[in-house]
Amino acid sequence: MSINATPAGADVSADETATSSTGRHAAVPAQRAGRGRTPLSENKKAERKLGWLLCAPAALVMVLVTAYPIIYSVWLSLQRFDLRFPDQREFIGLENYVTVLTNEFWWTAFGVTMLITVVTVAVELVLGMGLALIMHRTLVGRGIVRTAALIPYGIVTVVAAFSWRYAWTPGTGYLANLFSEGAPLTERASSLAIIMLAEIWKTTPFMALLLMAGLALVPEDLLKAASTDGATAWQRFTKVMLPVMKPAILVALLFRTLDAFRVFDNIFVLTAGGNETSSVSMLAYNNLIRGLNLGIGSTMSVLIFLTVAIIAFVFVKLFGTAAPGSDDSERR
Amino acid sequence: MADIVLDKVSKKFPDGTVAVADVDLEIADGEFVILVGPSGCGMSTTLNMIAGLEDISSGELRIAGQRVNDKAPRDRDIAMVFQSYALYPNMTVRENMAFPLRLAKLDKETINRKVEEAAKVLELTALLDRKPANLSGGQRQRVAMGRAIVRQPKAFLMDEPLSNLDAKLRVQMRTVVSRLQKQLGTTTVYVTHDQTEAMTLGDRVVIMRGGAVQQVGPPQELYDHPRNLFVAGFIGSPSMNFLHAAVEDGKLRTALGDVPIGERVRRELEGADAPRELILGIRPEHFEDAELVDDDTRRRGMEFEAPVDIVESMGSDKYVYFTVEGERASAAELEELAADAGASDFTGAGASLVTRLSAESPVAEGQHRRVWFNLEKIHLFDPSNGRNLTLHEGRAAGALAD
Ligand SMILES: Nc1ncnc2c1ncn2[C@@H]1O[C@H](COP(=O)(O)OP(=O)(O)O)[C@@H](O)[C@H]1O
Ligand SMILES: [Mg+2]
Repeated sequence: MSINATPAGADVSADETATSSTGRHAAVPAQRAGRGRTPLSENKKAERKLGWLLCAPAALVMVLVTAYPIIYSVWLSLQRFDLRFPDQREFIGLENYVTVLTNEFWWTAFGVTMLITVVTVAVELVLGMGLALIMHRTLVGRGIVRTAALIPYGIVTVVAAFSWRYAWTPGTGYLANLFSEGAPLTERASSLAIIMLAEIWKTTPFMALLLMAGLALVPEDLLKAASTDGATAWQRFTKVMLPVMKPAILVALLFRTLDAFRVFDNIFVLTAGGNETSSVSMLAYNNLIRGLNLGIGSTMSVLIFLTVAIIAFVFVKLFGTAAPGSDDSERR
Repeated sequence: MADIVLDKVSKKFPDGTVAVADVDLEIADGEFVILVGPSGCGMSTTLNMIAGLEDISSGELRIAGQRVNDKAPRDRDIAMVFQSYALYPNMTVRENMAFPLRLAKLDKETINRKVEEAAKVLELTALLDRKPANLSGGQRQRVAMGRAIVRQPKAFLMDEPLSNLDAKLRVQMRTVVSRLQKQLGTTTVYVTHDQTEAMTLGDRVVIMRGGAVQQVGPPQELYDHPRNLFVAGFIGSPSMNFLHAAVEDGKLRTALGDVPIGERVRRELEGADAPRELILGIRPEHFEDAELVDDDTRRRGMEFEAPVDIVESMGSDKYVYFTVEGERASAAELEELAADAGASDFTGAGASLVTRLSAESPVAEGQHRRVWFNLEKIHLFDPSNGRNLTLHEGRAAGALAD
């Protein structure tokens, strides 16, 4: 999907001016039509109109910069379109999807991506929670602790990935010398482990940051009440903090899952997808940019998009019942 | 059921703040004790130390005769009620009330029975399956009480439990709390900064200021015999009037005229380092319209004349505000009380004198009126340390005592 971002992005300013001017014209007759009703409803109507008007430019720009590439990708994915053979371009319906979904490389990459997603997000959740608790509870040197914890997140992923690669290069890398005889980045299992390690190292601070925002939502009195009610530290954590933090945890999980599913930089630098360590994004990149096969590459992009959308949908569905107090009794 | 003893308990926070300083307090089994003071005076900290939510910096805390300084809150068997209610938002009312019992690993049947009992007492039965988000403030407060009483703990600690309620509900809940405490007979420590709550609820009231206990006693005793300027100004609504008084030729020169003093006060003022200036304190109800005073009573007080500023008729009596000239009373305590006016509507050190006269008084705004006041009910304070000079063996004796 990344290839489409550039042309659409260039159109932003032109689109924006066009949008806001049409929006203004559209609003005038609507307001006139509203006259003749009771003043209250007219007021309300005008207010709603204004609301729409105010967010219309932003919404339209957003739709344009995201919808255009998405629709373009879908359009490309329905064609046989290989830049090496441009004259064979042809609309072929869902044939690309059949090709991709019956391909074992795709499923291997999908499995690798899933594995990386599940393992890294799970580990990050646990570590991030620990880190968040430490940052939340630290009284002395709060600033230093927080800054230190956030450093990995501040480093550009590619730079960090290179440092991991050098660290694991036999002969010169300090980690390679310390832990292994062979070349860990040339074997599948160890490569995957290192990729996940790099991912976790890099994004745990982000998770911690989101969880810390959730921790701040837990009222101090609630924990005090639980203490006097006889709860141990662990019971306070599981029975009071976690339920109150649940929405924040879900947001953190959603963000991280979506991010993790699109893992690319670390794999690109560490193994370049060798030894069956490609993620789906890696595979799409290889087809789209290196293979110049726009049809197959776009198909993969669309499939990644769909998977991500499904993940997001599941999380958002979970949200509906997650916020405390938002059970059906409230709607009564 | 247990007694609670604080023995020179102090709290110093890591940032150097001394929130509680050498508090000595013995709370008898079943007693209802109120901690009251302006906000920030260390009441919550004291309560948290009793509950075990804050470490005790020095001193000893004993519950039922046992030193509990190092015990975790869960091992102290104490229930606490918070101003914010602190209900678990993810649990229903039933689950909230059952929470301490479940943690105590009671069996389901017992838990259910106890929760239902407590719900009945607090009229919560119909609300048992609701979430806290769907309750009104008063209902939430009752759930918080319910969660405290289901366990039958050794003591209740309540930190401004009614402060978030509106005035009417607060009065209602006050009686609920009072009745509940009498029924259960559980030792209770109740924190408030509302002096009406303090006066009406407790067996004994502890007045705190800046982390130190000012005076401990039954409400009436604090009202009649305040040990110092702070207590005198804090208790009472409208508050005590304070006037500047200069000591001259064995008399006190005040805005209300020259006040004679008796032997005892004279002796107090004899020393070389005795104060030359005092603060005279007198409560609104110790004034009366001079016309309505009989001769016998008249001899116990003195009279002055002043312009009437405002008359508020309460039906049973009249609050009359007089404008008085002269130097204002000034002391650290009075400034502090004025700054905390949110808690008690402190009017004492202002330019106007608040008096409570009989309803029969024909007083009208704009008039000059002769007013009598009772010299036996006067308090004299040393402005440098706030000490009540008219107090003798714990009893206030007025200015004329020999
Ligand atoms: N954790 C803390 N660190 C430093 N100072 C504190 C802390 N908690 C309370 N204090 C200070 O201690 C004093 C007493 O606080 P508190 O007991 O909460 O007052 P209140 O009597 O209103 O309940 C206040 O001046 C407050 O600023
Ligand atoms: Mg407090």
